[in-house]
Amino acid sequence: MTSGSEYGYNSKVEGNVVVTKLDAAVNWVRKNSVWPMPMGLACCAIELMAVGGSRFDISRFGMEVMRFSPRQSDCMIVAGTVTYKMAEAVRRIYDQMAEPKWVIAMGACASTGGMYRSYSTLQGVDRIIPVDVYISGCPVRPEALLDGLMSLQKKIEREHSVPQLIKGRS
Amino acid sequence: MLEEQKTELLSRFPDLTERKDCTYLAFNVAESQFKKVLQALRDDFGYSFLSNLTAVDWDSAENRFSVVYILFNMTSSNYVGVNVVCADSENPAIATVSDLWPAADWHEREVYDLFGITFTGHPDMRRILMWDSYPYHPLRKDFPLAGKPTDFPSDDVRERMGTTVLPAPMAGGPFTAGTGCSMHKMEPHAKDQSWNEKKTKPTAE
Ligand code: SF4
Repeated sequence: MTSGSEYGYNSKVEGNVVVTKLDAAVNWVRKNSVWPMPMGLACCAIELMAVGGSRFDISRFGMEVMRFSPRQSDCMIVAGTVTYKMAEAVRRIYDQMAEPKWVIAMGACASTGGMYRSYSTLQGVDRIIPVDVYISGCPVRPEALLDGLMSLQKKIEREHSVPQLIKGRS
Repeated sequence: MLEEQKTELLSRFPDLTERKDCTYLAFNVAESQFKKVLQALRDDFGYSFLSNLTAVDWDSAENRFSVVYILFNMTSSNYVGVNVVCADSENPAIATVSDLWPAADWHEREVYDLFGITFTGHPDMRRILMWDSYPYHPLRKDFPLAGKPTDFPSDDVRERMGTTVLPAPMAGGPFTAGTGCSMHKMEPHAKDQSWNEKKTKPTAE
Protein backbone atom coordinates (compact mmCIF):
# COMPACT_ATOMS: atom_id res chain seq x y z
CA MET A 1 0.00 0.00 0.00
CA THR A 2 1.80 3.08 -1.20
CA SER A 3 -0.58 5.61 -2.66
CA GLY A 4 -2.24 7.88 -0.15
CA SER A 5 -5.55 7.73 -1.91
CA GLU A 6 -5.96 4.11 -0.83
CA TYR A 7 -6.45 5.20 2.74
CA GLY A 8 -9.46 7.34 2.02
CA TYR A 9 -12.91 6.63 3.31
CA ASN A 10 -14.30 3.53 1.71
CA SER A 11 -17.87 2.49 2.39
CA LYS A 12 -17.07 -1.13 1.55
CA VAL A 13 -14.90 -1.50 4.61
CA GLU A 14 -17.09 0.52 6.94
CA GLY A 15 -17.47 -1.28 10.24
CA ASN A 16 -14.61 -3.63 9.38
CA VAL A 17 -10.95 -3.40 10.14
CA VAL A 18 -8.72 -1.05 8.13
CA VAL A 19 -5.03 -1.78 8.05
CA THR A 20 -2.85 1.24 7.40
CA LYS A 21 0.28 3.07 8.45
CA LEU A 22 -0.09 5.64 11.20
CA ASP A 23 1.70 8.20 9.03
CA ALA A 24 -0.80 7.67 6.25
CA ALA A 25 -3.78 7.96 8.56
CA VAL A 26 -2.52 11.17 10.16
CA ASN A 27 -1.66 12.67 6.78
CA TRP A 28 -5.05 11.72 5.40
CA VAL A 29 -6.72 13.57 8.25
CA ARG A 30 -4.47 16.59 7.86
CA LYS A 31 -4.69 16.96 4.13
CA ASN A 32 -8.46 16.88 3.99
CA SER A 33 -9.05 19.55 6.58
CA VAL A 34 -6.56 22.29 5.80
CA TRP A 35 -7.75 25.52 7.40
CA PRO A 36 -6.35 28.39 5.35
CA MET A 37 -5.26 31.70 6.78
CA PRO A 38 -6.06 34.23 4.03
CA MET A 39 -3.12 36.63 4.09
CA GLY A 40 -4.66 38.88 1.45
CA LEU A 41 -2.32 41.79 0.76
CA ALA A 42 -3.11 42.97 -2.77
CA CYS A 43 -4.98 42.14 -5.96
CA CYS A 44 -4.38 38.37 -5.73
CA ALA A 45 -6.62 38.39 -2.68
CA ILE A 46 -9.56 39.08 -4.99
CA GLU A 47 -8.88 35.80 -6.78
CA LEU A 48 -8.56 34.14 -3.40
CA MET A 49 -12.06 35.39 -2.59
CA ALA A 50 -13.29 33.98 -5.90
CA VAL A 51 -11.87 30.62 -4.88
CA GLY A 52 -13.89 30.87 -1.68
CA GLY A 53 -17.08 31.64 -3.60
CA SER A 54 -19.50 29.17 -5.09
CA ARG A 55 -18.19 29.22 -8.64
CA PHE A 56 -14.75 27.78 -7.88
CA ASP A 57 -15.66 26.46 -4.44
CA ILE A 58 -12.62 25.66 -2.33
CA SER A 59 -14.81 23.51 -0.08
CA ARG A 60 -14.65 20.70 -2.61
CA PHE A 61 -11.16 20.11 -1.21
CA GLY A 62 -12.05 20.36 2.45
CA MET A 63 -10.41 23.78 2.76
CA GLU A 64 -13.32 26.15 3.02
CA VAL A 65 -12.79 26.99 6.67
CA MET A 66 -10.92 30.27 6.15
CA ARG A 67 -9.94 31.62 9.50
CA PHE A 68 -8.75 35.15 10.13
CA SER A 69 -7.10 34.06 13.34
CA PRO A 70 -3.64 32.51 13.02
CA ARG A 71 -4.34 30.34 16.07
CA GLN A 72 -7.04 28.48 14.19
CA SER A 73 -5.40 28.01 10.81
CA ASP A 74 -2.65 25.79 9.46
CA CYS A 75 -2.03 27.00 5.91
CA MET A 76 -1.11 30.59 5.24
CA ILE A 77 -2.00 31.69 1.71
CA VAL A 78 0.13 34.77 1.05
CA ALA A 79 -1.94 36.48 -1.65
CA GLY A 80 -0.36 39.69 -2.80
CA THR A 81 2.55 42.08 -2.59
CA VAL A 82 4.58 41.85 0.60
CA THR A 83 6.23 45.15 1.45
CA TYR A 84 9.11 45.29 3.88
CA LYS A 85 6.85 47.09 6.32
CA MET A 86 4.21 44.36 6.10
CA ALA A 87 6.79 41.56 6.16
CA GLU A 88 7.18 41.91 9.89
CA ALA A 89 3.44 41.37 10.42
CA VAL A 90 3.40 38.40 8.02
CA ARG A 91 6.23 36.75 9.94
CA ARG A 92 4.53 37.39 13.28
CA ILE A 93 1.26 35.91 12.09
CA TYR A 94 3.16 32.90 10.78
CA ASP A 95 4.84 32.51 14.16
CA GLN A 96 1.46 32.50 15.88
CA MET A 97 0.07 29.67 13.78
CA ALA A 98 0.09 26.27 15.49
CA GLU A 99 2.17 23.41 14.07
CA PRO A 100 1.84 21.71 11.67
CA LYS A 101 1.65 24.65 9.26
CA TRP A 102 2.20 25.24 5.58
CA VAL A 103 2.61 28.31 3.39
CA ILE A 104 1.44 28.94 -0.15
CA ALA A 105 3.03 31.87 -2.02
CA MET A 106 0.20 32.91 -4.32
CA GLY A 107 1.22 34.87 -7.40
CA ALA A 108 4.28 36.58 -8.78
CA CYS A 109 4.46 39.16 -5.98
CA ALA A 110 4.46 36.75 -3.08
CA SER A 111 6.84 34.39 -4.88
CA THR A 112 9.43 36.85 -6.22
CA GLY A 113 8.33 40.42 -5.67
CA GLY A 114 6.66 40.34 -9.07
CA MET A 115 6.60 43.53 -11.06
CA TYR A 116 7.42 45.56 -7.94
CA ARG A 117 11.15 45.85 -8.43
CA SER A 118 11.39 48.67 -5.98
CA TYR A 119 12.84 49.85 -2.71
CA SER A 120 9.73 49.05 -0.71
CA THR A 121 8.88 45.50 -1.73
CA LEU A 122 10.19 42.27 -0.26
CA GLN A 123 11.49 40.26 -3.22
CA GLY A 124 9.74 37.01 -2.38
CA VAL A 125 8.04 36.00 0.85
CA ASP A 126 10.41 33.01 1.12
CA ARG A 127 12.98 35.43 2.49
CA ILE A 128 11.05 35.54 5.76
CA ILE A 129 8.97 32.35 5.95
CA PRO A 130 9.41 28.83 4.52
CA VAL A 131 7.17 28.37 1.48
CA ASP A 132 5.72 24.97 0.49
CA VAL A 133 3.99 25.80 -2.79
CA TYR A 134 4.66 28.65 -5.23
CA ILE A 135 1.90 29.50 -7.69
CA SER A 136 2.71 31.53 -10.81
CA GLY A 137 0.40 34.11 -12.30
CA CYS A 138 -0.44 37.77 -12.01
CA PRO A 139 -3.05 37.38 -10.76
CA VAL A 140 -3.24 33.70 -10.09
CA ARG A 141 -6.33 32.22 -11.69
CA PRO A 142 -8.65 30.48 -9.22
CA GLU A 143 -8.01 27.17 -10.97
CA ALA A 144 -4.29 27.66 -10.45
CA LEU A 145 -4.81 28.26 -6.76
CA LEU A 146 -6.93 25.12 -6.50
CA ASP A 147 -4.17 23.25 -8.31
CA GLY A 148 -1.68 24.67 -5.84
CA LEU A 149 -3.83 23.54 -2.94
CA MET A 150 -4.01 20.06 -4.43
CA SER A 151 -0.21 20.08 -4.79
CA LEU A 152 -0.04 21.00 -1.13
CA GLN A 153 -2.32 18.09 -0.30
CA LYS A 154 -0.01 15.77 -2.21
CA LYS A 155 2.92 17.19 -0.29
CA ILE A 156 1.16 16.69 3.05
CA GLU A 157 0.46 13.11 2.04
CA ARG A 158 4.17 12.36 1.73
CA GLU A 159 5.22 13.84 5.06
CA HIS A 160 6.58 11.77 7.94
CA SER A 161 4.12 13.14 10.40
CA VAL A 162 4.39 10.60 13.24
CA PRO A 163 8.07 11.24 14.06
CA GLN A 164 7.17 14.95 14.15
CA LEU A 165 4.28 14.25 16.50
CA ILE A 166 6.50 12.22 18.82
CA LYS A 167 9.39 14.67 18.79
CA GLY A 168 7.15 17.68 19.11
CA ARG A 169 8.24 20.52 16.89
CA SER A 170 10.30 19.26 14.00
CA MET B 1 -9.94 81.38 -11.88
CA LEU B 2 -12.01 84.30 -13.03
CA GLU B 3 -10.10 87.33 -14.33
CA GLU B 4 -11.46 89.69 -11.68
CA GLN B 5 -10.52 87.19 -8.94
CA LYS B 6 -7.02 87.03 -10.34
CA THR B 7 -6.73 90.81 -10.42
CA GLU B 8 -7.99 91.05 -6.87
CA LEU B 9 -5.56 88.37 -5.67
CA LEU B 10 -2.63 90.07 -7.39
CA SER B 11 -3.60 93.45 -5.93
CA ARG B 12 -3.68 91.95 -2.43
CA PHE B 13 -0.43 90.03 -2.90
CA PRO B 14 1.65 91.97 -5.45
CA ASP B 15 4.66 89.66 -5.02
CA LEU B 16 2.95 86.70 -6.68
CA THR B 17 4.27 85.64 -10.05
CA GLU B 18 2.24 83.52 -12.38
CA ARG B 19 3.63 80.16 -13.50
CA LYS B 20 3.43 79.94 -17.26
CA ASP B 21 3.75 76.23 -17.84
CA CYS B 22 0.68 74.94 -16.02
CA THR B 23 -2.60 73.57 -17.37
CA TYR B 24 -4.39 75.61 -14.72
CA LEU B 25 -3.58 78.92 -13.08
CA ALA B 26 -0.65 78.65 -10.69
CA PHE B 27 1.49 81.09 -8.76
CA ASN B 28 4.96 81.18 -7.32
CA VAL B 29 4.58 82.34 -3.73
CA ALA B 30 7.33 83.34 -1.33
CA GLU B 31 7.72 81.16 1.73
CA SER B 32 7.12 84.17 4.00
CA GLN B 33 3.56 84.79 2.81
CA PHE B 34 2.33 81.50 1.36
CA LYS B 35 0.06 80.70 4.31
CA LYS B 36 -1.63 84.07 4.02
CA VAL B 37 -2.18 83.43 0.32
CA LEU B 38 -3.56 79.95 0.96
CA GLN B 39 -5.86 81.25 3.68
CA ALA B 40 -7.12 84.04 1.44
CA LEU B 41 -7.74 81.57 -1.39
CA ARG B 42 -9.64 79.31 1.00
CA ASP B 43 -11.73 81.95 2.77
CA ASP B 44 -12.19 84.79 0.26
CA PHE B 45 -11.90 83.17 -3.17
CA GLY B 46 -13.78 79.91 -2.61
CA TYR B 47 -10.85 77.53 -3.10
CA SER B 48 -11.84 75.58 -0.03
CA PHE B 49 -10.78 72.10 -1.07
CA LEU B 50 -7.15 71.03 -0.77
CA SER B 51 -6.98 68.74 -3.75
CA ASN B 52 -3.33 67.84 -3.60
CA LEU B 53 -0.22 68.59 -1.60
CA THR B 54 3.08 67.34 -2.92
CA ALA B 55 6.67 68.35 -3.52
CA VAL B 56 9.18 68.46 -6.35
CA ASP B 57 12.87 67.65 -6.15
CA TRP B 58 14.65 69.81 -8.76
CA ASP B 59 17.85 67.83 -8.23
CA SER B 60 20.82 70.13 -8.79
CA ALA B 61 18.89 73.40 -8.88
CA GLU B 62 19.96 76.00 -6.38
CA ASN B 63 16.77 75.69 -4.37
CA ARG B 64 16.29 71.98 -4.61
CA PHE B 65 12.83 71.46 -3.14
CA SER B 66 9.52 73.14 -3.76
CA VAL B 67 6.19 72.27 -2.20
CA VAL B 68 3.07 72.36 -4.37
CA TYR B 69 -0.49 72.98 -3.17
CA ILE B 70 -3.38 72.46 -5.55
CA LEU B 71 -6.72 73.90 -4.46
CA PHE B 72 -10.13 73.30 -5.97
CA ASN B 73 -13.12 75.62 -6.09
CA MET B 74 -16.32 73.63 -5.62
CA THR B 75 -18.61 76.29 -7.11
CA SER B 76 -16.69 77.36 -10.20
CA SER B 77 -15.03 73.92 -10.66
CA ASN B 78 -11.51 75.04 -11.27
CA TYR B 79 -8.10 74.68 -9.78
CA VAL B 80 -5.38 76.99 -8.62
CA GLY B 81 -1.84 75.91 -7.86
CA VAL B 82 0.52 77.42 -5.34
CA ASN B 83 4.23 76.70 -5.62
CA VAL B 84 6.51 77.45 -2.67
CA VAL B 85 10.28 77.09 -2.86
CA CYS B 86 12.08 75.79 0.22
CA ALA B 87 14.98 78.09 1.05
CA ASP B 88 17.11 75.40 2.70
CA SER B 89 18.09 72.53 0.42
CA GLU B 90 20.04 70.65 3.10
CA ASN B 91 17.32 70.41 5.74
CA PRO B 92 14.20 71.59 3.91
CA ALA B 93 11.42 72.80 6.15
CA ILE B 94 8.19 74.69 5.64
CA ALA B 95 5.20 75.66 7.79
CA THR B 96 2.35 73.17 8.03
CA VAL B 97 -1.08 73.88 6.55
CA SER B 98 -2.76 71.17 8.62
CA ASP B 99 -4.31 73.97 10.70
CA LEU B 100 -6.04 75.30 7.56
CA TRP B 101 -6.98 71.88 6.14
CA PRO B 102 -6.96 68.92 8.55
CA ALA B 103 -6.62 66.71 5.46
CA ALA B 104 -3.12 68.10 4.94
CA ASP B 105 -1.94 66.11 7.94
CA TRP B 106 -1.33 62.82 6.11
CA HIS B 107 -0.26 64.53 2.86
CA GLU B 108 2.47 66.33 4.75
CA ARG B 109 3.54 63.14 6.45
CA GLU B 110 3.83 61.51 3.04
CA VAL B 111 5.91 64.39 1.68
CA TYR B 112 8.09 64.19 4.78
CA ASP B 113 8.47 60.43 4.34
CA LEU B 114 9.35 60.47 0.66
CA PHE B 115 11.13 63.82 0.24
CA GLY B 116 12.41 64.57 3.74
CA ILE B 117 10.78 67.99 3.95
CA THR B 118 9.86 68.82 7.54
CA PHE B 119 6.60 70.66 8.20
CA THR B 120 7.00 72.90 11.20
CA GLY B 121 4.01 73.02 13.50
CA HIS B 122 2.68 69.69 12.25
CA PRO B 123 0.95 67.77 15.08
CA ASP B 124 2.50 64.39 14.29
CA MET B 125 5.55 64.59 12.04
CA ARG B 126 6.28 60.89 11.49
CA ARG B 127 6.77 58.73 8.43
CA ILE B 128 3.55 57.39 6.99
CA LEU B 129 4.53 54.80 4.35
CA MET B 130 8.02 53.56 5.12
CA TRP B 131 8.77 52.20 8.58
CA ASP B 132 9.96 54.57 11.27
CA SER B 133 13.62 53.53 11.31
CA TYR B 134 14.04 53.74 7.53
CA PRO B 135 17.00 56.03 6.90
CA TYR B 136 16.27 57.37 3.38
CA HIS B 137 13.71 59.49 1.53
CA PRO B 138 12.91 57.45 -1.58
CA LEU B 139 11.44 60.08 -3.92
CA ARG B 140 14.55 62.23 -3.83
CA LYS B 141 16.34 62.30 -7.14
CA ASP B 142 19.54 60.84 -5.71
CA PHE B 143 17.73 57.73 -4.45
CA PRO B 144 17.79 54.76 -6.86
CA LEU B 145 14.46 53.08 -7.66
CA ALA B 146 15.93 49.72 -6.66
CA GLY B 147 16.54 51.04 -3.16
CA LYS B 148 19.58 50.96 -0.92
CA PRO B 149 20.59 48.20 1.49
CA THR B 150 19.50 48.82 5.05
CA ASP B 151 18.26 46.95 8.11
CA PHE B 152 15.06 44.93 8.13
CA PRO B 153 12.31 46.75 10.09
CA SER B 154 12.02 44.32 12.99
CA ASP B 155 15.02 43.16 14.99
CA ASP B 156 13.77 39.70 15.98
CA VAL B 157 12.85 38.67 12.43
CA ARG B 158 16.20 39.97 11.20
CA GLU B 159 18.03 37.95 13.84
CA ARG B 160 16.17 34.72 13.17
CA MET B 161 15.91 34.86 9.38
CA GLY B 162 18.96 36.96 8.51
CA THR B 163 16.76 39.05 6.23
CA THR B 164 17.95 42.49 5.21
CA VAL B 165 16.55 45.12 2.90
CA LEU B 166 18.36 44.65 -0.41
CA PRO B 167 18.24 46.68 -3.63
CA ALA B 168 15.70 45.05 -5.92
CA PRO B 169 17.07 43.54 -9.13
CA MET B 170 16.03 45.90 -11.93
CA ALA B 171 16.09 45.55 -15.72
CA GLY B 172 18.03 42.45 -16.52
CA GLY B 173 16.77 40.94 -13.28
CA PRO B 174 15.51 37.40 -13.09
CA PHE B 175 11.91 38.30 -13.79
CA THR B 176 10.50 39.35 -17.14
CA ALA B 177 7.37 39.59 -19.24
CA GLY B 178 7.34 38.81 -22.94
CA THR B 179 6.35 41.34 -25.60
CA GLY B 180 4.99 40.78 -29.06
CA CYS B 181 4.17 37.15 -28.37
CA SER B 182 0.99 35.29 -27.64
CA MET B 183 -0.95 36.15 -24.50
CA HIS B 184 0.12 33.14 -22.46
CA LYS B 185 3.80 33.95 -22.99
CA MET B 186 3.33 37.54 -21.83
CA GLU B 187 2.69 36.34 -18.26
CA PRO B 188 5.53 37.56 -16.07
CA HIS B 189 7.95 34.68 -15.68
CA ALA B 190 11.43 33.82 -14.50
CA LYS B 191 13.92 34.46 -17.28
CA ASP B 192 17.00 32.91 -15.80
CA GLN B 193 17.16 31.40 -12.37
CA SER B 194 20.88 30.70 -12.25
CA TRP B 195 21.38 34.03 -10.48
CA ASN B 196 19.43 36.30 -8.14
CA GLU B 197 20.11 39.01 -5.60
CA LYS B 198 22.23 36.62 -3.53
CA LYS B 199 24.08 34.73 -6.29
CA THR B 200 25.92 37.00 -8.71
CA LYS B 201 25.21 36.86 -12.40
CA PRO B 202 27.61 34.55 -14.24
CA THR B 203 29.73 36.41 -16.78
CA ALA B 204 29.89 35.39 -20.41
CA GLU B 205 33.36 33.86 -20.21
S1 SF4 C 1 0.93 38.88 -8.54
FE1 SF4 C 1 -0.16 40.44 -9.75
S2 SF4 C 1 -2.32 40.20 -9.19
FE2 SF4 C 1 -1.08 39.18 -7.60
S3 SF4 C 1 -0.76 40.71 -6.01
FE3 SF4 C 1 0.97 40.81 -7.41
S4 SF4 C 1 0.43 42.42 -8.90
FE4 SF4 C 1 -1.46 41.78 -7.85
